[in-house]
Amino acid sequence: MDFASVLMIEILGSIAILVLISIGLAVVFGMMKVINMAHGEFLMLGGYVTIYGTNHGGLSFWVSALILAPVVVGLVGLALEWLVIRHLYGRMIDTMLATWGISLALVGGMTMLVGNTTTGISTPLPSLSIGAFSVSGYVVFLIVLAAAIFGLLYVLFKLTTFGLLARATTQNADMVAALGGNPRRIYALTFGLGAALAGLGGAALAPLTGVIPTIGAAYIAKAFITVISGGSAVIAGNLSASVLFGTVGQVFTYLYTPVIGEVALLLTAIVLIRILPQGITGRFFRRSI
Amino acid sequence: MARYLQSAGLLAVLVLGMVMPGWLELFTVYEITIYLIMAVLALSLAFVWGKGGIMCLGQAAFFGLGAYAWAVAATNFGPGLAALAISIAVPALFAAVLGYFMFYGRINDIYIGVITLAVTLILFNLINSTSGPQYRIGSALLGGFNGMTGVPTLAWPNGMPLDPGDIFRLTVIVLVAGVVAISLYLKTTPGKVTIAVRENEYRAELLGYNVAQSKLITFTLGGALAGLGGCLFANWGAFVSPTIFSLVQSAQIIIWVIVGGRGTLIGPILGCIALQWATTKLGTQQVVQVNLVLGVVLAFFVLVVPQGIVPMFTKALATLFGRKADSAAAEATTTETRP
Repeated sequence: MDFASVLMIEILGSIAILVLISIGLAVVFGMMKVINMAHGEFLMLGGYVTIYGTNHGGLSFWVSALILAPVVVGLVGLALEWLVIRHLYGRMIDTMLATWGISLALVGGMTMLVGNTTTGISTPLPSLSIGAFSVSGYVVFLIVLAAAIFGLLYVLFKLTTFGLLARATTQNADMVAALGGNPRRIYALTFGLGAALAGLGGAALAPLTGVIPTIGAAYIAKAFITVISGGSAVIAGNLSASVLFGTVGQVFTYLYTPVIGEVALLLTAIVLIRILPQGITGRFFRRSI
Repeated sequence: MARYLQSAGLLAVLVLGMVMPGWLELFTVYEITIYLIMAVLALSLAFVWGKGGIMCLGQAAFFGLGAYAWAVAATNFGPGLAALAISIAVPALFAAVLGYFMFYGRINDIYIGVITLAVTLILFNLINSTSGPQYRIGSALLGGFNGMTGVPTLAWPNGMPLDPGDIFRLTVIVLVAGVVAISLYLKTTPGKVTIAVRENEYRAELLGYNVAQSKLITFTLGGALAGLGGCLFANWGAFVSPTIFSLVQSAQIIIWVIVGGRGTLIGPILGCIALQWATTKLGTQQVVQVNLVLGVVLAFFVLVVPQGIVPMFTKALATLFGRKADSAAAEATTTETRP
């Protein structure tokens, strides 16, 4: 029984990690149909902001991870949207390639600034014991954080004016403009929101993995797979894909090795795309957000 | 006229390629060979993306699989034609299986890009984790992140290995033959369907062509050519490592094609050679990171020169001499107008 609950927490933990890796990308893709190849680098920047805020800025880990990282990375996202992405709306492939350029440039720039070494930060929570086993308290925190992000996004999209406008812009940007809204500003803010969420995710994962300028590459494949398999509904899609892949990945990791877990995750995704080309929410939960 | 010029140019490159290794220093031969091997890879993507309209962001996967297949097969069966055939067959088969799921699943451009890239990155992780004596195929040790060293070099039928000059010549032959073969293929009916699918998938389908099958053929052929490039790469350095599957490698291929010009075959080859030369030069100094430069170049070209250098020049020349834009420029512009 203890073992079952530990395994359950491990699986929930890997689901939460997938959510944290991919939710920023899901927001940008779901609301704007933009594939942001620099997403992995936004995660990386979030990690660096957290580590520098904690180790050099004298802030507590919680302040720098939960407030400073999303704010700074969100601002970086807004700046890049203004500089590059706003010129390319409606050209999906070009947007993807330009953001890949941004991604490479961010990796190169960070390598020049901090060097090509891993910087770490200690896990700020003690482990919890369940019967004869113990689980990392930090994993429990990640599960709570992922749930909180979903809750906040739900409130934002369902209950605020910005959310209403953002969902309307996704459906018909011209109509929003005709009714006096400003789709360009909505897009910019949505991109900033996606970047901020990526920053938060990267910050939360920094204690687990450490940070290195090239760490984005380690996240990006999983983030893409999750978002594409989820489909266009941000919350329902991301949640369902994360649950599926988190479970598959963690079970195979538990049975074999982490790499086999990753391969199993990819194979599941390729088969899933063959069956459901529009992603999970293209077929199920179609009316959700 | 333009066609004769092209043929003459290809012939000149071929002849020059045959005699050049005798004139140059060994190190220069070695350096130019790698540029040309990468140009084979660029050509494969020029075919798949520029001509076929399939945005494959993971062409490095087939290149890497070709290199690893050669290394494993040559270690096990000797560096002969059998190993060469395997190093082409493995990536082609992999492309066929992956392509089946993507094209018969009817997923669109963006998803194809993302999935091919994700596959490449996961191959990178997979190969990276194969360190240790238990990961071997036959007598070939995969070597994890250290890669495989001492890969046997392709041998003549009499058992003599090719020297660096021969590898250079072989690469030139593969490159020129690749350009010729692709140009001829595009004149055949399946080749014309490939172009038709790129121009308007829906219309091609309504006219009764099997779009998924056509894409699958293009993708598989491109995978085979990239695999052959990978085989040459393994022969060139007698070494393969997981970094050929890395994100930066995949990005470079895309940058060559974008900078050279989508829709042409020669553009990506020139873009590849020029950019490799530039990155090698950049790598020797410590001030600016290569990735930073490559990233800025990519973003700049997408924003400012989306059609690429070669189509831009052919267009400019055509305007200058008041003639109608030749086929390359016309093709490139039609590619641009695709949604």
